[in-house]
Amino acid sequence: MKRVLIYLLALTPFLWYGCSGKGAEQRAESPETNPKEILEQPETHGTEVKEVALTTPLDPTSVKKGNDIYDLKCMSCHKLTDEKLVGPGWKGVTKKRKPTWIINMITNVDMMLAEDAEAQKLLEQCLVRMPNQNITAEEARSVLEFMRKNDGEK
Amino acid sequence: MKTNIIKGIAVAVLAGGFFACKPDNAGKNGGSEIAGDAAQKVYVAPGKHDEFYNIVSGGFNGQLSVVGLPSGRVFRIIPVFSQFAENGWGYSEETKPMLNTSHGFVPWDDSHHVALSTTNGEHDGRWAFINGNNTPRIARVSLSTFRTDEIIELPNSGGNHSSPFITANTEYAVAGTRFSVPPDANADVPISSFKQNFKGYISFVSIDKTTGHMGVKFQLKTPGVSFDLARAGKGKSDGWFFFSCYNTEQAASLLEVNASQKDKDFILAVNWKKAEEYLAQGKGKKEAAKYAHNVYDEKIHSATSTILTEVMTLDPKECPGMLYFMPCPKSPHGCDVDPTGSYIVGSGKLAAVIPVFSFDKMQKAIASKTFDGDFDGIPVLKYDAVLHGEVKKPGLGPLHTEFDGQGNAITSFFVSSELVKWNIEKLEVLDRVPTYYSVGHLCIPGGPTAKPHGKYVIAYNKITKDRYLPTGPELTQSAQLYDISGDKMKLLLDFPTIGEPHYAEAIPASLVEKNTKKIFKLEENNHPYVAKGEKETKVVRKGNEVHVYMTSIRSHFTPDNIEGVKMGDEVFFHVTNLEQDWDVPHGFAVRGAQNAEILIMPGETSTLRWRPTKVGVTPMYCTDFCSALHQEMQGYVRVSPASSNVPLTWGTGKTPTAEAEKKTASAKPKLNTPKVAMK
Repeated sequence: MKRVLIYLLALTPFLWYGCSGKGAEQRAESPETNPKEILEQPETHGTEVKEVALTTPLDPTSVKKGNDIYDLKCMSCHKLTDEKLVGPGWKGVTKKRKPTWIINMITNVDMMLAEDAEAQKLLEQCLVRMPNQNITAEEARSVLEFMRKNDGEK
Repeated sequence: MKTNIIKGIAVAVLAGGFFACKPDNAGKNGGSEIAGDAAQKVYVAPGKHDEFYNIVSGGFNGQLSVVGLPSGRVFRIIPVFSQFAENGWGYSEETKPMLNTSHGFVPWDDSHHVALSTTNGEHDGRWAFINGNNTPRIARVSLSTFRTDEIIELPNSGGNHSSPFITANTEYAVAGTRFSVPPDANADVPISSFKQNFKGYISFVSIDKTTGHMGVKFQLKTPGVSFDLARAGKGKSDGWFFFSCYNTEQAASLLEVNASQKDKDFILAVNWKKAEEYLAQGKGKKEAAKYAHNVYDEKIHSATSTILTEVMTLDPKECPGMLYFMPCPKSPHGCDVDPTGSYIVGSGKLAAVIPVFSFDKMQKAIASKTFDGDFDGIPVLKYDAVLHGEVKKPGLGPLHTEFDGQGNAITSFFVSSELVKWNIEKLEVLDRVPTYYSVGHLCIPGGPTAKPHGKYVIAYNKITKDRYLPTGPELTQSAQLYDISGDKMKLLLDFPTIGEPHYAEAIPASLVEKNTKKIFKLEENNHPYVAKGEKETKVVRKGNEVHVYMTSIRSHFTPDNIEGVKMGDEVFFHVTNLEQDWDVPHGFAVRGAQNAEILIMPGETSTLRWRPTKVGVTPMYCTDFCSALHQEMQGYVRVSPASSNVPLTWGTGKTPTAEAEKKTASAKPKLNTPKVAMK
């Protein structure tokens, strides 16, 4: 049925043009805006992070920063144990997932939920889309550092 | 069922196509003037955006509507002067101060005229200003958050109609009183003493270039007449302001008759640069007055209201060369300045012509003192000396004029229900189209600016009669969209409006949408009761006030179980929305709350006050569908008698089943002392 409608909608302009005899007139212009400008606002999702270098020992400043971000933006849904709250608990996450997977899940969750099979599996389990919490790639790196600490790394 | 609807739409679309061939058959649903390609011109496909924002006053609803053009779709109601239960505006603790006035809390107003901020006379997409007519106020609305950021009350004023028209660089918004009044500080006078004691105050409200903050810079104490509408000069006439005025008869009763006696009233020309000079020379006089100034601060997500106690005034008698009257037939309403700033168009509601005044001629007449006497000490310029010319037989009841940027003006005619297009230079009528019915204001995108965007004109009608499905005694209000890109104006669309639309402006979407605010950053939230993360959630008792520092995120509140609230307590739920994603507000409502709900934007803190009325367990929940588990986003508050000793406890369950079992097990011995917060 949908197809029929599309076909009919596509046809109707020709009926109108047929009447006016003037040929195709301009329809309402689409807005002259650059959607990039909206997408580039700082509160939107970041771009994909392709490489993350890990260093040992852990950077304590970064761990602290990651912990603060966790308290503010993550702990409502993620526990530090392996217990699921709204989302999965964080215990063991750094053993299970690659650093780039973790960073992209934090900074670019819409892309991950659209493209990454593992992320999609988690959505099926949790049924609440992980929100974009407006975290930069750099901040996400410190969250990862905090996760490593949580997983017992030194 | 769906299939049938789709079929129906398809048939209707096809039928529309055929009718377009025979416009005469369209009857009252269209009229022969409808453009054949109207549907195409207003159709904005699903997922596509409109080309213009139309910021429309809501009249007696005291709000603004945000409408898309050319589709006529309504996106948003922005609450300004009226409480709005839908999102808690004027109900939440943070927004109540916005509606404070010298009379106390005033939860309603009548808002008529929109002014979009300009730089060099052109739209800059920063702010919308709107007047409160009844309890005189001007509001500034951010076009980034689409929220009212500031409201200033106007002293010595009654009926703030001639407002909030702005100068070319948004230096000032003006406020001319429609009802002349005696000065607030000495107002107990007989009404019959109108001529001696009543003044037509005009306020110049300054606007800070960066913050937009408003302040009453000065008031002109002009003679007691009724100021109706106004426009600033621009280009060569920048530095001047023009106000239409009626009731130059100075009647105080049965104005319908008594204020319609003279053949000509006035347009008042104000040299506001001169006024600034007089002010700098110390000619201003501070007078006692009482008025509120309310500012919303995005960093603390709260408004504060300050009562000011004096205002600077200028007496025209001590300021020669600042004010001039231009005679204008008859009971002028609209007073509009063309894009070049050369011409001022007066629209006499009861006049048979449209007079067009020339700024150049006005300057010459002032220089050569070509006066026709004075009115209460203010020189009246000779009509013929300042007139560019008259548009003859334009229609009945001209009200307002907008400009297309191509040298033409379009004027609305209330009595003859039509829009008339005419050439400004030649004063010739070029085209006319009917409106359905009784058009008031009209709007061309950028119409009042130095650079109109043109393309459409919208008529805001006062009566709809048979145009829409009937809805009892009160029918919908409506607007009509016309294509003005060709020589002839063509009707494209009828669309309903919210409230009674008075003036509106339209601005290209490109100037606004790029600045749209998506979220408030949690890190920058300085609300005194913010909970930055669930760790900071708590419940604090201060006497009989109970402050709940609460968070919301998809999909739970923390805390969501509270005990220890007592009858006689006043509970403040300070809800911080921890979301940082666009378009994820949470709502919050409590059973029996005698105010409204609150909608909390991502990163914002908002407060709902609740005075429990019954002993028992009261549910609270999220009202804005937020996720698949939105239905689960709820909680309970236990209210005990005033004399009870239930301790204050709170929490959000860790593992609900286990906790519940634990509680059941320990319920009997600890009946009145539930487990202390699970934190």
